[in-house]
Amino acid sequence: MNASVSSASTQAPLLSVQGVTLRYRTKEHLVTATYRVSFDVLKSDRYVILGPSGCGKSTLLKAVGGFLNPVEGQIKLNNVEIHKPGPDRVMVFQEFDQLLPWKTVKQNVVFALTASGKLGRKEAEERAMHYIDKVNLTGFADSLPHTLSGGMKQRVAIARGMAMEPEILLMDEPFAALDALTRGKMQEELLQLWEDTKFTVLFVTHSIPEAVRIGSRILLLSPHPGQVRAELNCHGIDTVSPTGQPLAKHIEELLFHDHERIAHA
Amino acid sequence: MREHTIEGAQSVRPERISEIELTGFGVIEKPLSTTERLMNNGLLRKTLVLMFLAGIWEIYAVWLNNPLLFPTFSATVEAFFAGLISGKIILATWSSITVLLQGYAVGLAIAALFTAFASATRIGSDILETLTSMFNPLPSIALLPLAMIWFGLGEGSIIFVLIHAVLWAVALNTHAGFKAVSPTWRMVGKNYGLSNIAYVTKILIPGAFPSILTGMKIGWAFAWRTLIAAELVFGASSGSGGLGWYIFQNKNMLDIPNVFAGLLTVIIFGLLVENLIFKTVEKKTINRWGMQS
Repeated sequence: MNASVSSASTQAPLLSVQGVTLRYRTKEHLVTATYRVSFDVLKSDRYVILGPSGCGKSTLLKAVGGFLNPVEGQIKLNNVEIHKPGPDRVMVFQEFDQLLPWKTVKQNVVFALTASGKLGRKEAEERAMHYIDKVNLTGFADSLPHTLSGGMKQRVAIARGMAMEPEILLMDEPFAALDALTRGKMQEELLQLWEDTKFTVLFVTHSIPEAVRIGSRILLLSPHPGQVRAELNCHGIDTVSPTGQPLAKHIEELLFHDHERIAHA
Repeated sequence: MREHTIEGAQSVRPERISEIELTGFGVIEKPLSTTERLMNNGLLRKTLVLMFLAGIWEIYAVWLNNPLLFPTFSATVEAFFAGLISGKIILATWSSITVLLQGYAVGLAIAALFTAFASATRIGSDILETLTSMFNPLPSIALLPLAMIWFGLGEGSIIFVLIHAVLWAVALNTHAGFKAVSPTWRMVGKNYGLSNIAYVTKILIPGAFPSILTGMKIGWAFAWRTLIAAELVFGASSGSGGLGWYIFQNKNMLDIPNVFAGLLTVIIFGLLVENLIFKTVEKKTINRWGMQS
């Protein structure tokens, strides 16, 4: 573990989150979502933010996306501070309605590429088809989103995100609304895509097995407000950590230990 | 198949694994019968409804036997065709439609401006909501006397009240539609760095299209009633009268079948616009997109 940290530290982080406190306003409350969270994401990381609901993980991802500014601390991509949304950080959402229903699968991907001014019409179509093929939806390129299943919609959203070839892909519980069988398959496919292109992804989830399966590094957040509980390495399988436990078990303990401590306080 | 028994427990039910059959299911998919398919045709169903209504009309009028109060359907149709052939109905309709379209178009344009302003700023939204709640319940026709003082006895006054009829219904619905556009689509639009104009044309307008279309339909209906009512009050404007005037004039001459023919024209026009124009737009947009079934 120490060896990997020292070799990694020579590489400049792609995304650096330093002491970030996030607050948002509801109608009645001012909510602190995260408190002084810091972490670095390196190139080609599969960086997972894991935590129970209410730990501010989605809010943190939105802040990286530029939809919300931190009240304290800073978020830097390639050493440039993030202030607003941009096509270098593409979001894949949990909701199935993230595809525009008035556009076909292909048009949804092409739209993303041309709207951001990244590519001309022709190149955009070629690249769109390339990524639609990568998620195995070539046969559905001209279908409208409402005719697709939930899993297929999420695949299109992933293809759309990847076609942008962003610096970092932000995934906000993209598989949470899928059934268990489809979810397992999608995780497999995501890892396969990563093997192909080694993109950098920041992945938010509340599922320990998903985090262990997807992640190369896992940031554990405690709830109310979100604070860093641990940052762990992961190799896609449930390895035995230095404490002598399987990783998932170790994570569970870290989270439950927290609950007990708060309950006793 | 295997069977296990556990000591002390009741006998465990056997597990089973069977092969999946590949053929011989009987009917999986079969075409519907002709009657079923015909009854799935909305146009046919609506035509049947219309024929039924016409039938009731005819029977009641024959039973009443008072052509001065309530002419029969056939007499009305006869008067309608006579009016068509003499060109009087066509002229009147044309005169109404040109005024109507002008008022409708200007109303839509102003509604678009208002809504754009309302979605861009919070104060704009406050202004629009206040104005809508003030003016939407106000019958357009109530403004006609005032309009006549301001704009004289010409088309200007009618167009003014038409704009009033269209504007609030369309603005109210469009604004509500914009507000209801899913936050995910908004974030998607922002994420891909759309310019403000592209954000409105590519995300907000298509996203709010079901509401916009509803607003346009309501606006169209309001415009029609306002127009006919205004023409009834107003008489002929700028030389040629519209359908409302046609109805009014024939009433004065107690030519009741022609009054009904004028009403029938309004009805037919309403049916045509609803079923040909709005239905087609709906089919090509929100139905196809799965935003409305």
